[in-house]
Amino acid sequence: MQEAETTMLAAPPPRAGLGRFYTDLIGRRVFKFLIALHGVGAFALITFGVMLRKFSVARSVVRPLIAREISRAGVKLMPMFLFAALALGFLVIGQTVSLLTRVGAANNYLGSIMVLVVVRELGPLLTAFLVLARVGTANVVELGTARAMGEVESLEALGIDPVHYFVVPRVIGMAVGIFALTIYLILGTLGSGYLWAFVQDVPIQPGDYFNQLAGALTYMDFILLALKTVAFGFIIAIVTCYHGLAQPLQLDQISRATVRAVGQSVIACVALDALFIIAYLTI
Amino acid sequence: MSASATITTPTPALEMRGLAVASMKNPNITMAADVNWTVNPGEFWVVGAPQNSGKSDFLMTAGGIMSPAAGEFSFLGQPMPIFEESRMAHRLKLGFVFDGGQLVGSLTVAENLALPLRYHSRLSADDIEARVTELLELTELMPWANRTPANVTRSWRQRAGLARALALTPEVLLLDSPLTGLDLRHMVWWLGLLDELSRGHRILGGQPLTLVATADDLRPWRKHASHVACLHKRQFLVLGDWDAVDDSSEPAVKELLQE
Repeated sequence: MQEAETTMLAAPPPRAGLGRFYTDLIGRRVFKFLIALHGVGAFALITFGVMLRKFSVARSVVRPLIAREISRAGVKLMPMFLFAALALGFLVIGQTVSLLTRVGAANNYLGSIMVLVVVRELGPLLTAFLVLARVGTANVVELGTARAMGEVESLEALGIDPVHYFVVPRVIGMAVGIFALTIYLILGTLGSGYLWAFVQDVPIQPGDYFNQLAGALTYMDFILLALKTVAFGFIIAIVTCYHGLAQPLQLDQISRATVRAVGQSVIACVALDALFIIAYLTI
Repeated sequence: MSASATITTPTPALEMRGLAVASMKNPNITMAADVNWTVNPGEFWVVGAPQNSGKSDFLMTAGGIMSPAAGEFSFLGQPMPIFEESRMAHRLKLGFVFDGGQLVGSLTVAENLALPLRYHSRLSADDIEARVTELLELTELMPWANRTPANVTRSWRQRAGLARALALTPEVLLLDSPLTGLDLRHMVWWLGLLDELSRGHRILGGQPLTLVATADDLRPWRKHASHVACLHKRQFLVLGDWDAVDDSSEPAVKELLQE
């Protein structure tokens, strides 16, 4: 009995051991993060190099692939973005009107808030996440399958650079797609925002609303919006292509690679968005 | 001038010296070590090896798709592997047929055949279409031309892989286990066409093609390949002609002949 009690008392790990366990865990996580960052960074540089070196190589092959990717990451997502624009306009205006009517300022700040929330933050980020969900995940699955089925080696045997054939069209297509879809989403949201304000009996004329929007926008908004959306497209395409293509995969490893790619893309986009917030605040 | 001064030694199609072949899946594992081998233009080699002995790794290294773990080798006089854009034209004189074809899954069979032509050549769309039609007819793939690889059986995908490798008129062709999993009809067709290609086929402008094929059974190749080598337990044995194969007392060779 006494022996059992002694064992039970000895069972919990000492405080120092538990601390070591957590520091090891954090250390391993940080180390894995740095390895992933190194891999994705190297892959991005390789892709950028191929884009520059092979700019005029095999245009008849690569151009249709770019067009297909723009269609996939842009045109085909238009219906979903129409719905997203209506929902986002309702969400932002609904909350804003309910708050501002309490202080009697609903018709004075709607345009400014729409620019602040939709143009600078939610528009680009929501577009990036929706494209990641619809096209980024498909990238990992397609390229992971192509890798597992030996298509990369077969392209190399034909003297075709797999990065040029598989990655470059996806990077360009996704950058253009996210840029264009963000513009559509923002325009749709601003329009639907007014519609929802009208439905909620906010006494604001269309001219006043659009004057507020124009007054809140600066030239820097346009520049940073373009840079941010193109960067989101580049990041998502690079991270998803890296996880699908850069390492030999078995078919059963593709789902795990997809999960990793989505997680890393979200983190990278949010981190980049934070950098852009700093840019907005400092400029 | 003496007669000996006029004799020129042909540049070997492939020449390996002290080559070590690593595994594609695990580069730390050596699949073949100290390979010394010369393939002269016009020769038809079959490399016998049991399953999972590194045939594909060996052939992919020979094809310049993988870098060797050690040693050096050359292709038509130029050091391999070739990854530089400036030497790509030389690299394209080497064709490669993968086990199972390994076609691009998102393209149809005809588009797969057209891909190397569209990527590398400056041919017009009509000329590319004519060349693809010629290759489809040669390989009897016309009925499957507009299907994606997933909708074509393995035997026909293998033929499409051959047609795609021939598109750019190579001088040397490496074939990874081309007869594996084929029925008798397909096997006879393959061996017949490889004989014709070795002698010189109109699809390649009548030029004899240098061939290297891998196999896990040497028997179907007896009346077709002119030279035999064997890869067994990481050793590469250059046997020579079929008389040398018959005289060999190597258990590995006996195994590959199913004796």
